[in-house]
Amino acid sequence: MTPLAVPALSDAGTVLCIVCILLVPCSGAGLALINTGLGRSRSAAHSMLASLCVVAVAGLVYFACGFAWQGYLGRPAHLVSISGKAWGWIAAEPLFFRGLKLDGSPASLAAWLQMLSVGLAALIPLGSGADRWRLPAACASTALLAGFTYPLFAHWVWGGGWLAQLGIHYRLGRGFVDAGGSASIQSVGGLTALSIAWILGPRLGKYSREGIPTAIPGHNAVLVLLGCVLALVGWLGLNSAGAILFAGIAPTAAVLIGVNTVLSASVAALAALMITRMRFGKPDASLVANGWVSGLVASSAACPWVTPAAALFVGLVAGVVVTFSIELFEVHLKVDDPGGAISVHAVAGIWGVLALGFFAYFPQPVSGQWVAQVVGAATLLGFVLPLTYGLNWLLDRFLPQRAPVEGERLGMDVHELGATAYPEFVIHTEDFLPR
Amino acid sequence: MKLAGFLLLLAGWGIVLCAVALLSSAVQRNGFVLAGLGVEVLGLVLTMRSHLAPGERG
Repeated sequence: MTPLAVPALSDAGTVLCIVCILLVPCSGAGLALINTGLGRSRSAAHSMLASLCVVAVAGLVYFACGFAWQGYLGRPAHLVSISGKAWGWIAAEPLFFRGLKLDGSPASLAAWLQMLSVGLAALIPLGSGADRWRLPAACASTALLAGFTYPLFAHWVWGGGWLAQLGIHYRLGRGFVDAGGSASIQSVGGLTALSIAWILGPRLGKYSREGIPTAIPGHNAVLVLLGCVLALVGWLGLNSAGAILFAGIAPTAAVLIGVNTVLSASVAALAALMITRMRFGKPDASLVANGWVSGLVASSAACPWVTPAAALFVGLVAGVVVTFSIELFEVHLKVDDPGGAISVHAVAGIWGVLALGFFAYFPQPVSGQWVAQVVGAATLLGFVLPLTYGLNWLLDRFLPQRAPVEGERLGMDVHELGATAYPEFVIHTEDFLPR
Repeated sequence: MKLAGFLLLLAGWGIVLCAVALLSSAVQRNGFVLAGLGVEVLGLVLTMRSHLAPGERG
């Protein structure tokens, strides 16, 4: 089959797809727990509520207009002719899923998967904006992401757009491919997280006047590590469903995809553990968790097309790079990213995309795949980052995104919700008085 | 500096697009694609530098 053909699913394949899609919300739950655990205790309830709200907003906006602009293989799209070749720029579907039969067809399964995936992408910036991002602004920013940025790029990759057509038009391998969403979900979310971190600025007290960072440790390592386990379950579904629906992989390849996903996450976590053990004397739980998720992120693009040995290498590099990248952003670039979202999702995602170009093997050998992957990575940096920064900068003019200083001092829980996540955290001295 | 950084990011992407669409020789095309990516990296560095020195708030 050609890379741009709509996959033909048997009944068993459809059932497998449905099961995989049902697992995807676990990845969102995992990210929400990780973001919350890595933030302060006085913003924990706010973080979980914001997670729920952005997933809801993302799903609704994607239903309203996102799918109309993302589309799916073989469905209507607006084309631009360049040098006699038709490039797909944006889909031309009706709004509100009209014209899409929700009957288990590949297009309907893809729409359902994307409603969940866009929520996952929307959760990523919450990690970088923790402890200071206002809830209404987070929801409005999510609407921009789910309604425009995400569908546009996803159309180019998964909807038969110009990046996917690079193989047909210019013989660049199979065109830009990204089975599980290292680029379309993770990097888009990670670059939005970078934009949000820049626009919000660092948390109060994070940097001294001399620019030296202060460690603000996460408040609950248990939540973070539980989130990692949930994320693995969700990623197994996400990678498998994405590979079947967007890359035309046979459902039986779910075994290879599962093995590669687990291997990549495992070696990335262990690499982060070894590095932090060597550098700091003891393993750092938050960095190990970030390593684990970076392995999942990096595995997504190439999981159906690489050997387990290559998946190990991809995960190893992701785990090593992320530990240093987090330090680079925090110490040298003065980007306050409490959840490590930029390094874990943008950096590891782009690594996953590029790694596919070097390690993927296809049934029919192709040349130029690495060029197609570089073009995709260049599009993320050169188009998606300015776009998402520009949209959020404009939003900030109308709806200030950062909480006021007083709100940040009180904590986002009290400031925006009026109650804390842990009301019994307060030490009552009278409990310890002799009776 | 921030605006210049973002303009460099867009310019790098433009170079990549033009290389893919206009150049037929694989060597030239690959070279210009990498050059475009290099311009993007310069833009990213400039943008990063423009966001340095946040200082203390409040």
